[in-house]
Amino acid sequence: MIQMKPKMSSSKSKTFRDNLITYGMIVVVYVIVELFLKSGNVSSLMKGLLVPLTIYSIMAVSLNLVVGISGELSLGHAGFMCVGAFASATWSMLMKNSGIPAGISFTIAIIIGALCAAFFGFLIGIPVLRLKGDYLAIVTLAFGEIIKNLINALYFGVDANGAHFSLKDSMDLGMDGGTVIIKGAQGITGTPKMSNFTVGIVLLLIALFVVLNLMNSRTGRAIMAIRDNRIAAESIGLNITKYKLLAFTLSAAIAGVGGVLYAHNLSSLQALPKNFGYNQSIMILVFVVMGGIGNIRGSVISAVILTLLPEVLRNLNDYRMLIYAVILIMMMLFTSAPALISFRERVLMKFGMQKNGKEK
Amino acid sequence: MALLDVEGLGISFGGLKAVDNFSVSIEKNELYGLIGPNGAGKTTIFNLLTGVYKPTSGQIILDGNNITGKSCEEINKHGVARTFQNIRLFANLSVFDNVKAGLHNNYVYSTLDGILRTPKYYKVEKQMDEKAIELLKVFELENFRDYKASNLPYGQQRKLEIARALATDPKLLLLDEPAAGMNPNETEELMNTIRLVRDRFDMTILLIEHDMKLVSGICDRLTVLNFGQVLKQGETQEVLHDPQVIKAYLGD
Amino acid sequence: MMSFISYLLSGISLGSVYSIIALGYTMVYGIAKMLNFAHGDILMVGGYAAFLALNSMGLSMPVSVVLSMVVCTVLGIVIERVAYKPLRQANSLNVLITAIGVSYLLQNLALLLFGANPKSFSSFVPLEPVKLAGGALTISGETIVTILACIIIVFGLVTFINKTKAGQAMLAVSEDRGAATLMGVDVNKTISLTFAIGSALAAIGGILLCSAYPTLTPTTGAMPGIKAFVAAVLGGIGSVPGAFLGGIILGILENLSKAYISSKLSDAIVFSVLIVVLLVKPTGILGKKIMEKV
Repeated sequence: MIQMKPKMSSSKSKTFRDNLITYGMIVVVYVIVELFLKSGNVSSLMKGLLVPLTIYSIMAVSLNLVVGISGELSLGHAGFMCVGAFASATWSMLMKNSGIPAGISFTIAIIIGALCAAFFGFLIGIPVLRLKGDYLAIVTLAFGEIIKNLINALYFGVDANGAHFSLKDSMDLGMDGGTVIIKGAQGITGTPKMSNFTVGIVLLLIALFVVLNLMNSRTGRAIMAIRDNRIAAESIGLNITKYKLLAFTLSAAIAGVGGVLYAHNLSSLQALPKNFGYNQSIMILVFVVMGGIGNIRGSVISAVILTLLPEVLRNLNDYRMLIYAVILIMMMLFTSAPALISFRERVLMKFGMQKNGKEK
Repeated sequence: MALLDVEGLGISFGGLKAVDNFSVSIEKNELYGLIGPNGAGKTTIFNLLTGVYKPTSGQIILDGNNITGKSCEEINKHGVARTFQNIRLFANLSVFDNVKAGLHNNYVYSTLDGILRTPKYYKVEKQMDEKAIELLKVFELENFRDYKASNLPYGQQRKLEIARALATDPKLLLLDEPAAGMNPNETEELMNTIRLVRDRFDMTILLIEHDMKLVSGICDRLTVLNFGQVLKQGETQEVLHDPQVIKAYLGD
Repeated sequence: MMSFISYLLSGISLGSVYSIIALGYTMVYGIAKMLNFAHGDILMVGGYAAFLALNSMGLSMPVSVVLSMVVCTVLGIVIERVAYKPLRQANSLNVLITAIGVSYLLQNLALLLFGANPKSFSSFVPLEPVKLAGGALTISGETIVTILACIIIVFGLVTFINKTKAGQAMLAVSEDRGAATLMGVDVNKTISLTFAIGSALAAIGGILLCSAYPTLTPTTGAMPGIKAFVAAVLGGIGSVPGAFLGGIILGILENLSKAYISSKLSDAIVFSVLIVVLLVKPTGILGKKIMEKV
C-alpha cells in the first residue's frame, strides 16, 4: 500500500524534531554528569574519561561528515586532529606568560586549531578529491602518516629574532636563547590544561549545530546529491569539486577542534601512532560505522558507548580491538550483504515491524 | 535563429569514430527525435551535447552561445538539462530533495546562511519549497514527496528525473529513452507528460527513443543515426517511411 | 660509491618483498575489484606460521615454508568466502570497511595468541654473505634470495596467467565479470583461486621480510602491507609487471631516502611519491585508463 502523506513540510518538522532530540540528549547527559560530579560520586577513572568522550564524539561527527554525507572514505582524520593539536598547543605555549586571560587565549587556540586543520584539509583535498573510492582512502591514509611523520621530525622554537624551524634537531634551530616549543619526537611539554567536560560539551554542540544545519541546507543537499550520483549531479550544474572540498575542509576543521581539546587535556603532547596514527583514524571509523553511516546522532552515541564499554568492563580491555573488528565486519555484512539483509527483514517481519517505503 | 545549432560534431575513441560529422538544427519549442539502431551513437551525442565527453571536432551553439568543450556544470548553467537511459536519481534523497537539488543554481543563499539559519535561509528555502511542489504537481508526484527516491515505482522515477532536469530551468531538455521499460499505458501517459512539458514550460526537447509509437506520436522532426553518421533528417512521417531508414532498422 | 651500491641492493631487496606482496594486492584488485586491506596481515600470519613450524614444531625449513603457505592459502580463501563474497554487490566503501575489519581481526587475534612481544625470527636463508670488490661490498644471502625469489615469482605468475586455462579465466573475470560468466567461467572459483595465490605469495613475502628484518609482531604486516599497496598503485593496479616495477621503485626510494635524506622522514617521502604519481598519472605507471560509462 502506498501511504499518502500530502501534508506540507512534514519532513522538515521531522528533521527539526530529530535535531532537537540530538541536542537535548547531550544536554541531559551533561546535566546528569555535572550533578554526579557535584555530589562527588564519580570515580577518578570516569572523570578522566569525560573529556576523551567529547573528543571522540567530535571526531566521529567530523568523520561522518566525510564518510556519510560526502560519501568518501578518509583514513587520515587523526592527521587533522594532530594538526589541530600541535597548532593550538604551540599557540598556548607562546601565550603562556603573555598576560592574556587564559579563557581568551584558549578560545583563540580553538580557532587556530580549527583553521590550521582546515587549511591542511583544503590543501590535501584539492588533489585528493580528484581520486575516487579506494584510491582516495589510501591517499588520505598516506597524508595522515606524512603529517605524523613530519611533526615527529619537526623542531620549532622562538627567540628574540623570531621563529625557527628545523627537521633535524634542536641544535639546528640556531636559537639565540628563547624557548624550543616543539622538540621533534618529544613533542610539546607543559601545555596548559584548559580542556574540561563543559568546554568539550559546548564544542560538541557547536560541531553538531554546524553539521546538522549544513545537512539540511542547500549546500548539504548538493553534497549528498553528489554522493548519490556524481554524473547526475554534474548534469544539474552542481560544482563537484567545490562541494566535495567544502565538506572535506569543514570536516578537517572539526577534527582540528578535537585535536585542540586533546592537546589541552594532557600536559605533554607527542605524535604517536597510538593517538594520531591511522589506528586512531580507523577507531573513529568504527564509531561512525557502528552509529550508522550518515547518522550523526548515532555517531555520538556509538563513540560514547564504544569508549565507555571497554573501560567499564576492564577485563574486556584486552579484547577491545578484537570486538571492534568483529563489529565492523558484522555491521557491514548485516547492512550490505543481500542474503543477510533479506534475513534481517524476515526476522523484523516476524515481529511485525514492516519496513515502509518512506523510511529515510 | 535556431535554439540549438550543431555543426560537424564528431568524437573518436581510440581511432574509432563513434560519432562523425553530426549536424542538426533545432528550433525553439520543437520536439525533436533522435533515433537509430543500438550502438548508432545516440547516447554519445547526448554526452557530447552535455559535456560528459569533449568533441574531437565540430561545434555546438546553444541560443547564440558556443558551448563546445565546456564542462557539464557550465553547459547546464547555459541551459541544457538531461535525463539518463539508466535512471540516475539521488537515490538516498527524498523525492522533494531531488527536485530541490535541481533548483540549486537558481535559488541561492550562502553556506554560512544555511549553517547560521539567517532570515535569507528561511526566505529562499520557502521559495524553493513552493517551486519544487509546483514541479512535482506537474508530474503528479506531490504525494510521494517524502519518499526516498529509490523507493519510487519505476515509472515515477522516470518522471522525477524529468522534474529534476526541469528544476534547473533549462532552455533545452534532452530525454534519453524516456519510455524504456514502460508498458503501453505508461508510454501513453508519458507522451502526454512530454507534450505538457513542452507547452507548459515552452520547452525545446530532444529525445532518444526506440518506441516508434511515441516517436511518430509526438516528434515534429527526426534524425536517424546509423554507425555514428546521419542517415536521414526531416519531418517525422517522411523520415519513417524512407526506404533507407526501414532498411537500417530491419536489416537486409 | 660502494655504500651507494649496497644501499641500492638492499633497496632492491626490500623492493622485491614489496613486489611479492603487491602482486597479491594487484591480482585481487584486478579480479575481485576490491582493496584487500587485510593482505598485509595475512603476511604476518605467514610469518608466525613459519616461525612456529620451525621453532615450536621443529620442522625443517622447506616444510615450514610450505606449511606457512598452506596456512595462508586456506586463510585467504576462508576470508574471501566469509567476509567478502557476501558483499560482491555492495558498494566499494562497505567492502573496504569490511576489509579493514578483517585486518584488525587478524592483528588482534595474533595479539591475543602470541602476545605483543616481538619474536626473534631466525633467517630462512642459509646462504653466507657474498663479499665483492675485495670485501668493500657485502651482499647478504637474504638479499640475493629475495631478489631471485621475486624474479621467479613474477615470471611464474605471468606464465601462469598467459599460458593456463585458469590464468585466462582470471583475465576474463578481470575484464568483464558478466561476460566471463556467460562464457562458462566459474567466477567464484576464479576469485577463490586469486585469493589463494595472493595469500600464498604473502606467506613467502612474510618469510622473506622477517628473514631480512628479524622481528615478528602482530603489526609486522601492517606497514609493509600499506607500502605494497602503494607499490601496486604506483605500478598501475591490476597489472602484474606494474606491481613488480612499483615494488622495486618503492624499495629503492625508501632505502635511499633513509640513507641520504632522513630516516625519520623516509615514510613521508614514500607516501609523497604515491600522491604525486596519482596526481600526475592516476592509473599508475603501467595502468590503463578506464572510462566511466554514462
